[in-house]
Amino acid sequence: MKYLDEYRDPVLARRLLAELRATATRPWALMEVCGGQTHTLVRQGIDELLPAGMRMIHGPGCPVCVTPLELLDKALRIAERPDVIFTSFGDMLRVPGSRTDLLALKARGADVRVVYSPIDAVRLAQREPDRQVVFFAVGFETTAPANAMAVLRAADLGLTNFSILVSHVLVPPAITAILDAPDCEVQGFLAAGHVCAVMGWTEYEPIAARYRVPIVVTGFEPLDLLEGILLAVRQLEAGHATVENQYARAVRRSGNTEAQDAIRRVFRVTDRAWRGIGTIPTSGLGLADEYAEFDAERRFDVLDIRAAEHPDCIAGRILTGSAVPTDCAAYGAACTPRTPLGAPMVSTEGTCAAFFSAGRTR
Amino acid sequence: MCLGIPGRITEITDGDLTMGIVDFGGIRKDVCLAYTPEAAIGDYVIVHVGFAITTVDQEEAHRTLEVLRAMDGAIEGELGEPLPEGSP
Repeated sequence: MKYLDEYRDPVLARRLLAELRATATRPWALMEVCGGQTHTLVRQGIDELLPAGMRMIHGPGCPVCVTPLELLDKALRIAERPDVIFTSFGDMLRVPGSRTDLLALKARGADVRVVYSPIDAVRLAQREPDRQVVFFAVGFETTAPANAMAVLRAADLGLTNFSILVSHVLVPPAITAILDAPDCEVQGFLAAGHVCAVMGWTEYEPIAARYRVPIVVTGFEPLDLLEGILLAVRQLEAGHATVENQYARAVRRSGNTEAQDAIRRVFRVTDRAWRGIGTIPTSGLGLADEYAEFDAERRFDVLDIRAAEHPDCIAGRILTGSAVPTDCAAYGAACTPRTPLGAPMVSTEGTCAAFFSAGRTR
Repeated sequence: MCLGIPGRITEITDGDLTMGIVDFGGIRKDVCLAYTPEAAIGDYVIVHVGFAITTVDQEEAHRTLEVLRAMDGAIEGELGEPLPEGSP
């Protein structure tokens, strides 16, 4: 109970935990697919307070971490061009590519800039008509509406000097791929609350039915996670497999339909490579044909770049939950947030960074 | 960049694109409100990378900010600066 006093409502946290212990009769394994949830679980020690044998498997919920190495190399190739202003969310800058990272490239004189919103990149393109402004469009369904709007704005403004390097990924196909793996141990999922705030949860209903797994839409506060875990365990104990919504404060079944409309206009569903996992069919978004002129991969001719991972990094096994960071020989030694070998140690949403910042040791 | 930060709408500007100012416990940012047409000044929204994606109530917003504050670098990573000390 070492961390429970830090909770907003420690009495409720203890009650939820007692209820969970009274309910669970088997060593259930659940997976969360959200970096924010992973961080809360590890920081608050919730994963260590679960009933005996029960565990949380940390899934590929960090968008920075699953962005493929070859896409980083493409970003680096584009960013070093003298005619380019390369813009990105801050957390992509220190992710290592094959040879370097965007921050090091910036230090050597490349024009790499952090933007808060993709709309800022569009405004930059308006102000700098003689430069090519490229935005690194990564993320799950949470950032897709923003990136879609940036493209719609650029099209409305008739900008010919704005493009995006796209690496969008989608959560439901990743869940399906994890469930299809022959050695899958996951018996239930916590779905990411904010992803569902955009997309709703209808996509998860056929997955729950087909694979007989409970899926609980869950927020990322400690109490949300305890309640989400309890709801999933209650379903498992009763032999149910439905989608439940723990996070009703922010999520409706149909999600944000305006945002979904923009995503559907600008993007099309495509196969996508996940760093450390490989290609998952229909698991990502690419630009729709109508907006192909905004595709930086085509504009700068980087479609042929290939890359290979650092041999000591086990990020692939971390991302699929088959290993935890403390299993890795490099963890905390050769690999730290200051000297990351792989992406999960870079992002605040990464599992390795979450373990490191919570002081977990091998 | 995947973390949503809750904040309160203090200004709305209608134009080609509905924009507004959102106050995140003391940090104010330009935010696109096109996806939350129902939101009014004073309402709380969850913002991802400069876009409001859903409305929430005040209690939810304050609670979520507290959780984010406890996550090393989370708010700074999203907003580009840390929250001021002692803000709600």
